[in-house]
Amino acid sequence: MKAFTVSKAVTALMLAGLVLLPLYSQASGNIFILTLFTRIVILALAAASLNLIMGFGGMMSFGHAAYLGIGGYAVGMLAQEGVGSGFIQFPVALAASAIYGLVIGALSLRTRGVYFIMITLAFAQMAYYVASGLARYGGDDGLTVYKRSDFSGLINLSNRTQFYYLCLACLFAVIFLIWRIVNSRFGLVVQGLRSNEQRMQAIGFPAKRYQLVCFVISGMMCGLAGALLANNTDFISPAVMYWTRSGDLMVMVILGGMGTLFGPVMGAVVYLLLEEFLSQLTEYWALIMGPLLLLIVLFGRGGIMGLLGRLNRG
Amino acid sequence: MAEPLLRVEKLVRRFGGITATDNVSLDVASGELHAIIGPNGAGKTTLISQLTGHLEPHSGSVSLGGRDITYLPAYRRCALGLARSFQITSLLLDFTAADNVALAAQAHAGTSFRFFANARKEKGLRDAAHAALDRVGLLHRADVVVSRLSHGERRQIELAVALASKPKLLLLDEPMAGLGVTESQGMVKLLQELRKEVSIVLVEHDMPAVFALADRISVLVYGRVIASGDPAEIRANEDVKRAYLGDQHVVTHHG
Repeated sequence: MKAFTVSKAVTALMLAGLVLLPLYSQASGNIFILTLFTRIVILALAAASLNLIMGFGGMMSFGHAAYLGIGGYAVGMLAQEGVGSGFIQFPVALAASAIYGLVIGALSLRTRGVYFIMITLAFAQMAYYVASGLARYGGDDGLTVYKRSDFSGLINLSNRTQFYYLCLACLFAVIFLIWRIVNSRFGLVVQGLRSNEQRMQAIGFPAKRYQLVCFVISGMMCGLAGALLANNTDFISPAVMYWTRSGDLMVMVILGGMGTLFGPVMGAVVYLLLEEFLSQLTEYWALIMGPLLLLIVLFGRGGIMGLLGRLNRG
Repeated sequence: MAEPLLRVEKLVRRFGGITATDNVSLDVASGELHAIIGPNGAGKTTLISQLTGHLEPHSGSVSLGGRDITYLPAYRRCALGLARSFQITSLLLDFTAADNVALAAQAHAGTSFRFFANARKEKGLRDAAHAALDRVGLLHRADVVVSRLSHGERRQIELAVALASKPKLLLLDEPMAGLGVTESQGMVKLLQELRKEVSIVLVEHDMPAVFALADRISVLVYGRVIASGDPAEIRANEDVKRAYLGDQHVVTHHG
C-alpha cells in the first residue's frame, strides 16, 4: 500500500464526483449540469490523449483539435449519407484519425522544438480550411447531425444519462490504456526519447518510429473524443478544429499537470468550469481567466497536480 | 593476422576549411584496449562521433568485424555490438539509475513495441540492469533518480549503460573527465577489469591512466595520426614529445 497523499485524495474525489453526477442531476432536476459535464468529460478525453504525446512523449503538438474535427466529421458525414450505425461510424472515425496522424506525424517528426509546434499547427489549420470548403457538408456553417450514432439497442445515445456514462467509460478506458502504455516497454522508450534523444539513439533505439506510433495512438484517442463530441452537440463545424481549440487543449493539459495520469482530467474540469462560471459573471471573462492561468503556470509548476503534490510535503 | 575488430581506413571529415579528421587509419584488434590521445582540438571527439554514427565522414570507411558500417545510423551500429559513453555525461536525468541501464538492455532484448505489460517488472531486464550496476559498483544506488547522483556516479552509470548492451567494442569518450583523484583511480581499476571482457577504444586526457591501461596508443594531432604503437614506443617517440610540448608546426610536416 502506498501512502495517502493530498493529490490522490483530490483525484479520487473528482472521479467519484464524475461517476455520481447523473444521480445528483436526476435528484435535483438540474439537466444543464449533466450536459455541461458531458462536454467536460469529452474534452478531458481529448486532453488526456494530447497529454500522452505532450506530457509523456515531449512532442508539443499544437494541432490536436484537428482530430476532434476528423472524428466529428466521420460521424456527421456518414450520418448525412445515411450510415447511422455507430459500429461503422466510430471505427471510421478512429481509422481516419490514425491515417491523418500517420501522415502528419511522419512529416512533422522530421522537425523538433518550435518547428514541430509550428508544423502541427499548420497542418491542423489546413484541415480546418479543408472542412470549411466541404460545400456538401455545410462548409463554414457546419453540419447538423440529425440522428445520433445508433448502437442497435445496446446503448441509446439520445438518453442523456446513458450517453454521459458512455463518455465517462471511454475516458476511463483511455486513461487505463495510457497508464499501461507509459509503464510498458514502448512507453519507457517514448519517455526516454523525451528525456534525451541522443542517448536513446546511442543505446539502439530509432527515435522516429516510436514517436510516430505514439503520435498515431494519441490521435486515435482524440478522434474518439471527436466522434463523441459530434454526438453531444448534434452538430459538427470547422470551428472545433480551429487553432484556438488546440490551444484550449494544451492549456487543460498544462493547467492540470503534464505527464500525470489524471492531470488532464483535472485541467479540463477546472478550465471548463471556470469558463462557464466566469462567462456568467461578465462578458469579459477572458480578462479574469487569462491572469488566473498565468498565475497557476508561474507559481504552480507541474500544474494543479504539482501544487497538490507540494501541499502534501509542505 | 586475423581481421581486426574495428578497422578505420582513410577517414576524412572537414568542417568548412578545417580538416578535423585527416586521412585517419587505425585498427583495433579483438581484446585490445586501444587509446587515442592528442592535444585539445586534435579531433578526437570528431573521430569518435564518426565511429558511433553521430557524424558522417566525407570519405574513407569504418568497418566492424569485417562489415562496412560507415554510413549506418547510430542505433544500427549499436545492434551490431558497438556501445559508447559520452564525454559530457548524457543520461536520462529524470529516470532512475536502474531504468537507464534497463533501457539499454531492453534495446537488445527483443522488440520494444510492447504496449501493455509493465516493463519495470520484466525480470530479465531488471536483472541485467542490476548486474551492470553491480559491475561498476553502483548497485546500492539503483533506485535513485539520476539527477540526484554525483558527477562521478553518473560517469559510472554511463559505463553501466554501455555494458548493459553487451557490446563487442566499447567506445569511451573521456570517462575520467571531471573526476577527482580517487574517483579516477577507481575508474582505472574498473577499466582494468572490463578490458578482460570487451575490446575498448579509449579517448582520454589523463596520461597516467592511458599509459597504465593501453595495449596500443594512437596519437592524434590536427586530425592526423602522427604515431601509433605500444606505450613504450609512444613514450620514446620524438614527434609525440614535440606535439605535447606545444611545437605543433613541426609535427604537421610529417605525414
